[in-house]
Amino acid sequence: MARSAKAVPWFLFAAGGTVLSFILPVMIFTTGIAPALGLFTDALSYDTMSAFVGNWLVKLVLFGILTLACWHAAHRLRVCAHDFGIRADTAVAVILYGLATVGTATAALALVSI
Amino acid sequence: MSERTIELEVLRYRPEQDQEPFFQTYKVPCEEEWVVLDALNYVKEEMDRTLSYRWSCHMFVCGSCGMMIDGEPKLACKAFLKDYPTGKIRVEPLSNFPIERDLVVVLDDFVEKLESVKPYIIPKEERTVEQGEYLQTPAQLKAFKQYTLCINCLCCYAVCPQYGLDESFVGPAALALAHRYNMDSRDLGRAARDDVVAAAEGIWHCSFVGACSQVCPKDVDPAGAIQQAKFAHGIDYLTSFLPGGKR
Repeated sequence: MARSAKAVPWFLFAAGGTVLSFILPVMIFTTGIAPALGLFTDALSYDTMSAFVGNWLVKLVLFGILTLACWHAAHRLRVCAHDFGIRADTAVAVILYGLATVGTATAALALVSI
Repeated sequence: MSERTIELEVLRYRPEQDQEPFFQTYKVPCEEEWVVLDALNYVKEEMDRTLSYRWSCHMFVCGSCGMMIDGEPKLACKAFLKDYPTGKIRVEPLSNFPIERDLVVVLDDFVEKLESVKPYIIPKEERTVEQGEYLQTPAQLKAFKQYTLCINCLCCYAVCPQYGLDESFVGPAALALAHRYNMDSRDLGRAARDDVVAAAEGIWHCSFVGACSQVCPKDVDPAGAIQQAKFAHGIDYLTSFLPGGKR
């Protein structure tokens, strides 16, 4: 069978798209818009948030969200590059998935160091 | 019945005499309830016998009269003139295909791809006539019935940006038909179709723009079929590395 390894980035892309469509608007509202409107200011204080993100379950969930966001964006941009007529697919894939890998490592390091 | 005159701008190309395609305008006296195909038939019968186009059933069943109507791929027999109130309609052959003559396109690439996905039941067990029918529950039928409605009109190929960019892509209708047989409880041919379907030029070339499903005159939803196939073949690929996985 000429099965293609494209299944791997596609799963990350699909999972990322699903997670982000549900989570990202909520994240933007709770951490961006709501505090600007004066809501949740106590809950979003440094001490509360630091303790919250210090929990390993929260770290794991955040790692999932951040990582899948990176892989979703990388794969989407790879497809966009193709649509814009850039035919160097291997180079594009290496660069974008490389950036997603860097994003994954950065998310892991940042979360572990909290 | 009221009548109005439609300006029909038709892309003409007769390879033996035209250097390149050009638009020819016909002023066609049309009945209000006509479709674009009626207007073309009027041109052919009353005005210009040299015009070539495909059609057969005039009732959205045969899939012959797919063409670009005001830039959108449609069945000419399903495009009602009342939906074009300006009275000026541009008719061109389906995009993304070479023109054979006037509104007739060359179908060879599609037919080759259709054959490559083995669009027929490869049965689990050969049954003799005496053994009777292959039985199927309503739920088993529902799993694939929608995808059986494809009439190969090629509107989906004409609108698919991926096929437009790279014609090695197997394309919406052929992949939806492969999915139709893969989902059929009587069929055991999925492995035989994988070479084409699960290859990079198969389902993985689709970037889920979804235009194929929007223009499909039979509501087949090829984009949905391809996404379902991506999931199934993706699981196949990942589990193939597990002990006991299919290789």
